[in-house]
Order: sequence, then structure tokens, then C-alpha cells
Amino acid sequence: MASLDDLKKRIASVKSTQKITKAMKMVAAAKLRRAQESAEKGRPYSEKMNNVILNLSNGISDKENAPKLLSGTGQEKTHLCVVMTSDRGLCGGFNSNIIKKAKSYFAKILDEGKELKIITVGSKGNDQLKRVYGDKIIENISFKESKNANYFDADKVGKMVIEKFEAGEFDVCTIFYNQFKNVITQIPQAQQIIPLNNEGEESSSEESYEFEPDEDEILSNLLPKNISTQIFKAMLENSASEQGSRMSAMDNATRNAGEMVDKLTIEYNRSRQAAITKELIEIISGAESL
Amino acid sequence: MSEEFKVEIVNPEKSFLVKDDVSEVVVPAFEGEMGILKDHISIISFLKPGIIKILSKSGDENYYVEDGIVEFKNNNLSILTSTIFNLADMDKSKQQDLLKQAEEEANKTDINDQSKYLADQKVEVLKTLN
Repeated sequence: MASLDDLKKRIASVKSTQKITKAMKMVAAAKLRRAQESAEKGRPYSEKMNNVILNLSNGISDKENAPKLLSGTGQEKTHLCVVMTSDRGLCGGFNSNIIKKAKSYFAKILDEGKELKIITVGSKGNDQLKRVYGDKIIENISFKESKNANYFDADKVGKMVIEKFEAGEFDVCTIFYNQFKNVITQIPQAQQIIPLNNEGEESSSEESYEFEPDEDEILSNLLPKNISTQIFKAMLENSASEQGSRMSAMDNATRNAGEMVDKLTIEYNRSRQAAITKELIEIISGAESL
Repeated sequence: MSEEFKVEIVNPEKSFLVKDDVSEVVVPAFEGEMGILKDHISIISFLKPGIIKILSKSGDENYYVEDGIVEFKNNNLSILTSTIFNLADMDKSKQQDLLKQAEEEANKTDINDQSKYLADQKVEVLKTLN
């Protein structure tokens, strides 16, 4: 059994860990509210954007000559995956969940003998992926400097993706992120953004639109914006998810630390009592022998 | 009054403005200014830098936008834009900042014709504001 002194030290150290996790939980809770708010506020924009594009692509008359961003390059040889993770750890299974989802997708792609390229956004994803897929990662972006997800950053990623697409570096682009459902549940998502996948979604109206200028021009203007918007949406969802995940992870850690302190305290008290009893027995038996 | 319709302006961060007593909106569409009244035909167009004028019973409002998309359908006007400022909140220094940025952009030599045109537009619009 550990000595009394050792137990005391352990209790003190667990208590200070508990203080840290508790503080992190509070910080995450405060940040979560803000992140959640902006994620919810950001939804109308991406939804509206999606709607407009849906209406547009339904109305397009000449499907053969549709912009490549919409219809694809006609082949599926090279896949680009944008894996969006956080820059900081200690947020439970947040990053691992995304990575797991991404890895199973990667394995599928490689099994089919297709080429794989990876862009990681956020340093944690890069750390986890570079061990196995190091040679596949073509770019690593991290926004450590910017406090909150902002559209400017998303636009940078979007522009890079489009640049690579126009240079013919890939055919299909998928982004990986966590969708924020609630504090406890975040769902890892794989969303294909190039070519745009609108299957299964019905247009809200059959009405035909007037376009000014013509469809092609609007589409070629709109599609790049949509890419940035989708990436921005993913970033917002991600940052809300990250804080939520961190909050529940830190909550658990705080509770576990509390349990551990209780257990150690009991053990400490027991061994203190045992020592006293032992001393008493020694004194008594010493007195008896006289 | 049945001459009113609903307008909604959203930017990536939030829903910027919702108004449902609007009688007319003038938007700087790509091929020229476009006034939209109630029961306009469904239309999708995109914006160039300019001023959005919203005329309504509760007063007129002016906004400066740099880009965006407009969609009008069933008497709902949606404007999606990434850069929008209410002219009433915009003071001289902000205007000057934007103007300086736009001028710098317009003076770059390595940009293509379309972005050059857009930057020139920005400069022009911002100059008229002063």
C-alpha cells in the first residue's frame, strides 16, 4: 500500500487537474453558445444558396454544356478530400470521429484503384493523418490566428479548391466535418461539393425563372461562391461541434476526477486509521508485557 | 395594402435584414439597375457593386453591396451577399477605407478583366457617395 505521504500528493494532483478541466469546461460552454449561435445564423445563407442553385440547375436547358463544377469532369479518377478538424486537442472524440469517417472513405477510394489527394484544414487532422497518408496530403491549412470561423478564411480554402479543380488536379471533391446536432451528439459528415450532388432533393417549385444574364453566366459566377459557402458552413458547424464536444469531454473528466478524489480520500483515511490502530496495539502489548 | 412584398437580406454570418412592408427595391443587377415591384416575374440575377434602395412605408433604406445574388419568387425577394453596409451607419472614414481598398484593387495589373471591371465599379460607386 502506498504511504500516507504519497496518497496525499496524489489527491492534491488530481484536485488540481480537476480544477483545470472544470475551467476548460466553463470556457467551452461560453464559447459554445457563441459558436452555436453563429452556426444557426449561418444556415439561412447556405440554404438559400442551395435553393437558388437547385432552381438554376433544374432550369438549365443544355445539360451537356453545363459548367464543370456542376456536372463534373465526366470521370472519377482523382478524389480530393478536404478534412476539416480543429487546431486544439482535449475535445473528446471530435477529431477522431472525423478522421475515422475520412479514413474509411480513403480506404474505399484506394481499394477502387483511384487516386487520392488530401487537404487538411486544422492541425489536429494533419497530425493524425500524416502517419498513414502522409504522401497523399497536398496541402495543410490552419487558422490558428483567427479566433472565430469567418467567411474570409472559408473563401481562401474555397478559392484554392477551385484553382486546383480548374488546373485539372482532381475530379471529385468531398469535405469532411462534424455536423452539430446538440452538445452531446455531433455527426461526422462527408459532403460532396464537386460535382454538386443534388440527387434526392426536389426543387421547391416547378416555376421557371427569368435569368439575367443567362443561366450559364450566373451559374459560373454562383458555383464558386457556393463552394466557399459550403466550406464556411462546415467551418461553422465544426466550431460549434468542437466546443460542444470539448464541453462534454471536460464535464466527464471533471466528474471522473471527483470520483477519483473520493476513492483516494477513503484509501487515505483507511491507511491513516490502520497506522493509528497499529500504534495502539504496539503500545498496549508493550504495556501488557511489563 | 396589397402593393407590398417581403425582402430578406442574408450574409454568411447571419440574416441581415427582414422586412415585409416593402413597396419597391432597386438593386444594382449585373446588367444595370433593376427596380422590383410586387408581382415581378421570378428572376435570378447577380449584383455588381452598388447601392440597394429599399422603399417601404416605414422609411427608405440604402445599402452598399459589393457582390451578391438576388432571387425573386412568389413575392419574396432574397438577396445573398457577402459584403453589405447600411449607408446610414457608414461614416466618412469607413467610406474612405473601402475606397482605398477598391482603388488598390483596381490598380493591380495582374487581375483579369472581370475583376478589374468590378473593382472599377466599386471605386465609382464609393466616389459618388462622398
